[in-house]
Amino acid sequence: MTENSSAGVDEAAPAGEPRPASRRSVIAWGGVGLALGAATAGGTAAALAGDGTEPAAGAAGEAVPFHGAHQAGIATAVQDRLHFAAFDVTTRDRAALARLLREWSAAAALMTQGRPVGGGAFGGLAEAPPDDTGEAIGLKPSRLTLTLGFGPSLFAEGRFGLERRRPEALVDLPKFPGDNLDPARSGGDLCVQACADDPQVAVHAIRNLARIGFGKVSVRWSQLGFGKTSSTTPEAQTPRNLFGFKDGTHNIAGTDDAALTKHVWVPSSDGPDWMVGGSYLVARRIRMHIETWDRTSLQEQEDVFGRDKGEGAPVGKAKEHDAPFLQAMLPTAHVRLAHPDSNGGARMLRRGYSFTDGTDGLGRLDAGLFFLAYQRDVRDAFIPVQRRLARQDALNEYIQHVGSAVFAIPPGLRDERDWWGRELFS
Amino acid sequence: MRPVRLSAAAAGAVVIAMATVSGCAEKADAESEDAVRVTATDTSCEVSKKEFPSGHLQLAVENKGAKVTEVYVLFPDGRIVTERENIGPGTKASITAEIKAGDYEIVCKPGMKGDGHRQKVRATGGKAVKRDPQLDAAVADYRTYVQQQADGTLPKAKVFADAVRAGDIEAAKKAYADSRLGWERTEPVAESFGDIDPKVDVREDGLEDGQDPETDWTGWHRLEKSLWHDKKITARDKELAEQLIKDLTDWQKRVGTAVITPTSMANGAKELLDEVATGKVTGEEERYSHTDLVDFKANVEGAQKSYELLKPVASKNDPDLVKELDTQFAALNTLLDTYRANKNTYVFTSYDKVGKDERKELSDGVNALAEPLSKLAAAVAK
Repeated sequence: MTENSSAGVDEAAPAGEPRPASRRSVIAWGGVGLALGAATAGGTAAALAGDGTEPAAGAAGEAVPFHGAHQAGIATAVQDRLHFAAFDVTTRDRAALARLLREWSAAAALMTQGRPVGGGAFGGLAEAPPDDTGEAIGLKPSRLTLTLGFGPSLFAEGRFGLERRRPEALVDLPKFPGDNLDPARSGGDLCVQACADDPQVAVHAIRNLARIGFGKVSVRWSQLGFGKTSSTTPEAQTPRNLFGFKDGTHNIAGTDDAALTKHVWVPSSDGPDWMVGGSYLVARRIRMHIETWDRTSLQEQEDVFGRDKGEGAPVGKAKEHDAPFLQAMLPTAHVRLAHPDSNGGARMLRRGYSFTDGTDGLGRLDAGLFFLAYQRDVRDAFIPVQRRLARQDALNEYIQHVGSAVFAIPPGLRDERDWWGRELFS
Repeated sequence: MRPVRLSAAAAGAVVIAMATVSGCAEKADAESEDAVRVTATDTSCEVSKKEFPSGHLQLAVENKGAKVTEVYVLFPDGRIVTERENIGPGTKASITAEIKAGDYEIVCKPGMKGDGHRQKVRATGGKAVKRDPQLDAAVADYRTYVQQQADGTLPKAKVFADAVRAGDIEAAKKAYADSRLGWERTEPVAESFGDIDPKVDVREDGLEDGQDPETDWTGWHRLEKSLWHDKKITARDKELAEQLIKDLTDWQKRVGTAVITPTSMANGAKELLDEVATGKVTGEEERYSHTDLVDFKANVEGAQKSYELLKPVASKNDPDLVKELDTQFAALNTLLDTYRANKNTYVFTSYDKVGKDERKELSDGVNALAEPLSKLAAAVAK
């Protein structure tokens, strides 16, 4: 989430000596752990933030190039909407899977440029269903990006002969305290992250890829998201999560090549070869206990995060982007625990979204944060940060991790002849 | 059964009828020179030309009779291209439609009933549909198959109905699923008649507001509820069993006259899989008897029959598709076989014993087959 300052802090004990934990904090101490926005940016990012070198997020309608050294949808300025889908591979035929990835690549190249798949949505043979489902006709490309990943299960022995190609960094996430993971919302052999400024464009993309995949893959779970909770464009207004707090103040900027190189992209020294220029994605469905949070005093809300609610400034500071003084925050404050300085400099590029999947039958919103974070190695980033958060974060009282997945995100496609997984499957 | 009971022909007619309405609005009374004049009287239906170019067709209708009339453009198999009702005596009306090259009939129905008076007409130019003897043979074979299924259903349905009439719940339960096999294999054809399916295969949730399940609900599923849910056979159930036989006999008599084309066979195969996807995989179809997998199997068999008959043509036009369909039919049948101990019977696992993960697997299997199957019509129409 964020770091912050505020007038509210004057109640806190002197820096480094937080006031006694509140009743709720005590409960949180002993119990579940979970972090919302997990890792955060460090002081360096703070310095970079707002230095005026960032390009604008881009006009809402335009197309984002599909080909490039890295897959689009990571450093790309975060779009407004998400449709994320995890797939089980149902075919046992390696060649069929490779063919599908080729077909998907071709379809994705078209859709991201605002074009329909195959022969389009109308005007073809009257006897056949159209290749494209049609609901994106007339809509702009809406900065659609499609980002593909491979889950650990794809590399399992006896499946596609990929067990030796599994990257060391693609580890199964450990169980964190407080995790209440639903297997039906976790894992997956493949994932596709569709982000766009128009929700219909994102849904159209996943729907058409799923359709192309019938018989080879089956959607295991999917998640719609709205209201980006992190931005990769620090000069823009920092978005807020459903708790009402600014989230991702010190996220890695999409143009901060140094930070991307250090924390996000897999270098050749890490290997394996087919992952160089790629990244690792952790997806966590984090349910927020909205109703209890809303009954929480402003003071406690701000203490829990370590930032003030209005400006988003770290405790004791005036402005959102002021460098946080962590010792001024409670030791259980989310921002303090998630901060790179508390985690050996670990950083991730976050591009999560809020979600509301209706209500839960008990009259409560089924809502929360669909956390998405890209990193060079989960063993140095998400896992240690989340371990810390899961044990100590005051926010754990208000959240619960209910879904989890990790994926290896291969590098970008060079050109039209390239396809997702080409190097992995050759 | 399908929840929305629009046959393909009816659905097509609705779309075209809507186009007709908007066409009228644009053209108002303007009568173009290309218009075909239709003069309707109480005893005749005269047209100014019997051949006209395909594409935009405008009929300028004048009712010179004493009765209110209606005018139809029909395909040779009786499906409606477009229609206009309520054309009063002495009034004119304009009907428009986009039509492809081929043979049609223009029909005037004075009094808006009966067969009316007919004129054969032809739209020329464009791509006329060529007939393929291989496809004609496929249609003929399929027609035979459909008739055989109806013929074979009657004796089985009688076993079921007799058990109901005898008040023998156990015997009726035993005969229930079997009595539905032939129907389920060829359901899209039966549904094309429109009036039989609602009588024999409607589910309780298929009734509308104002319809009373006690008096308006007939057919297999009403009896299914009595046998499995109410666990008793009422006097009305015995009547319904008799009615079921009457309605199925009606089906048996008429099914041979159904309009069957290579395309409708291919799409019918896909519709059978749609039935599985929306009704059986969810367990809605046989919610009391849980014999969904029997229907499921019958639907797949029926779809496979159509496919096998069309395969010689499809394999010429789209060999990859045929390969994929062979693979997916085999995979789904193999999966279904894991739910029955003996492949020579139709005794399948009760669907309430089929878990969530297994249902997902079945659903994936259906999707894997239905998606390529949706391309079969194009492969035979090429």
